[in-house]
Amino acid sequence: MTRQRLTGWGRTTPAFADVQRPASEDAVAREMALANGVIARGLGRSYGDAAQLSGGVVLDNRSLGGIGAVAADGVVSVGAGVSIDELLAVTIPLGWFVPVTPGTRQVTLGGAIAADVHGKNHHRDGSLGDHVLEMRLVTPQGHVTVSPTLDPDLFWATIGGMGLTGVVTTVTLRLHKIETDRVLVDTTRHANLDEVMAAMVAGDDGYRYSVAWVDCMTRGARMGRAILTRGEHATRRDLDDATLVPPAPRRLRVPFNAPSGLLNPLSIRAFNELWFRRAPRQREGDVQSLGSFFHPLDGVGDWNRLYGRRGFVQYQFAVADAQADVVVRAVERLSSSRVPSFLAVLKRFGPANHGLLSFPISGWTLALDLPIGPGALPGVLDDLDEMVIEAGGRVYLAKDSRLSPESVRVMYPRLPDFLEIKNRVDPRHQLASDLARRLHLVGE
Amino acid sequence: MENAFAQPQNVVVLGGSSDIARAITKKLCAARAHTVVLAGRNQNLLDEAAREALDYGASRTDTVVFDAEDPANARDTVARAFAQVGAHVDLVIVAVGLLGDQTRDQSDVAAATRVMNVNFTWPVAALTEVRNRLVAQGSGRILVISSVGAVRVRASAYLYGGAKAGLDRLCQGLADSLIGTGVSLQLVRPGAVRTRMTHGLAEVPFTTGVNEVADTVIAGLEKGERIIWSPPVLKYVYAVLRHLPGPLWRKVMDR
Repeated sequence: MTRQRLTGWGRTTPAFADVQRPASEDAVAREMALANGVIARGLGRSYGDAAQLSGGVVLDNRSLGGIGAVAADGVVSVGAGVSIDELLAVTIPLGWFVPVTPGTRQVTLGGAIAADVHGKNHHRDGSLGDHVLEMRLVTPQGHVTVSPTLDPDLFWATIGGMGLTGVVTTVTLRLHKIETDRVLVDTTRHANLDEVMAAMVAGDDGYRYSVAWVDCMTRGARMGRAILTRGEHATRRDLDDATLVPPAPRRLRVPFNAPSGLLNPLSIRAFNELWFRRAPRQREGDVQSLGSFFHPLDGVGDWNRLYGRRGFVQYQFAVADAQADVVVRAVERLSSSRVPSFLAVLKRFGPANHGLLSFPISGWTLALDLPIGPGALPGVLDDLDEMVIEAGGRVYLAKDSRLSPESVRVMYPRLPDFLEIKNRVDPRHQLASDLARRLHLVGE
Repeated sequence: MENAFAQPQNVVVLGGSSDIARAITKKLCAARAHTVVLAGRNQNLLDEAAREALDYGASRTDTVVFDAEDPANARDTVARAFAQVGAHVDLVIVAVGLLGDQTRDQSDVAAATRVMNVNFTWPVAALTEVRNRLVAQGSGRILVISSVGAVRVRASAYLYGGAKAGLDRLCQGLADSLIGTGVSLQLVRPGAVRTRMTHGLAEVPFTTGVNEVADTVIAGLEKGERIIWSPPVLKYVYAVLRHLPGPLWRKVMDR
């Protein structure tokens, strides 16, 4: 048996695993029956160790393909190994967009369900799980169809369940109608964190999409200066030449690992400065393509290599509105400890769904990219964990590579319910990942 | 499982009551170490180290008693330690060692053999079993405590230094053999350290305390350094010392 080296997008903690690529539901079930430990993997965009299992079997879902016909009401059935990129290539020309997209199109539907991904429209439309009508799932107990009415317990354990309730093979979801392939974007620059948060509270409800980029390297009165971009799908009336063309494939690649020190406080500060200055102070109704608005980083393949051999971690947390001060304190903590952080992403969340381990909760979320290296970083993040826990918030498991099992138990109070359902469908604890072992999510 | 900062959860320490191993273990427990199994010669010292691990944040500890003078028990000792962890082992620290008394041991065949067994033969036997188990797991880290004395063996400690030199070189080949398995091996080369083992000896330049060694080791684990020098400056000091002409080397090192 040859083992393949796998890591998450952050390129930390590699796993060596037996990778299989089943092409049918039956093949998934056969692999599962043979394996002691097994986890599904899509395009490897979770940042940490969620889609790998050291010494176990990893089921690459990319051969679980197929895109069904889009019904008049936008409902479509898609193989779990299909990426959002591949789905959009088919549906945009027909006038349909995915109801939710994360910051990259390079995720499979199966992976997107495991993480219950959210996008710039969470404050209005919720996360992906809110738009899923039905799923086919292979568990160690056999094949099942689950939906909000068919075994809802298993359905909501699987939404955001990090792949630990089985392998999703088919997803039926409802798409969002669009008239054009453009987005009308309003951009504003804000001098500091308080100002941008006030603007978001005041105005986000008026936009389908909203996100702010925050500079965590500035201190003092300009701490957390930000660029807020908000948008709506352009209608045919908005444009002279309306088209429906899917985003083009990426043009650039990062051909090799950058030296580990490339992203240091100095270079990140310089980048953030440029990023901030190139944004217009205020601009309304800017016409942007779907690709450049939703997936700006997809233009550069393997951008994670810029972080060098040692990789990076992403820290994303969510807290309720009443605990908005945690966002400010987290940025303060980072900027005062001089831990370098690339542009952070700030966004408002709408209400949570029923997903037992689903991340979004109503309020705020902040995501930070942090290169591995500074000796202070592990301790700073442990401090942030405590702040988040005290505020009743949580950290996103799909981004995680360093939480402790104790923290996760507090952050996700429905974890015992999740484990009970997992035990029902996986009594021999075959479904596992390195993340599940690390955070004690395998079950006992 | 180990996290992105190379902080392990399940740890086995062979030579768990050694001062350096204890200092490292404390820091691991303050981070993410959950289960720590300590193996060593003296039950009382192991119990003390286990209590310390719990104080610093471990949730579960266990101990295994063995005698490193008999390499025949190495396999069983490792098996017992892994069984007590009862899950994926993230890190195995090999800190078994015996300084001995050079002037007495060098004329005593049995004593010389004992120094070799404890510092070389037993660790190699144990590493063989550790290697098998971690490779089967598909992940894990091995940390072997060598010595700067292994870089160039001094007349005044040629038994200990020679045994460590053998272990040090063997581990470099062993580390290479692990490429592509998911398992890695890192060597620690501490200079003189204030411990029970060196108590009463005259202090030489670059002597550190065990906590400094532990800090350097924790940073080296995260960086994935193949050889962790403590203090780090010794890497450069020994780059010079190892190439000194013999008479000068003897004059400098064996005053």
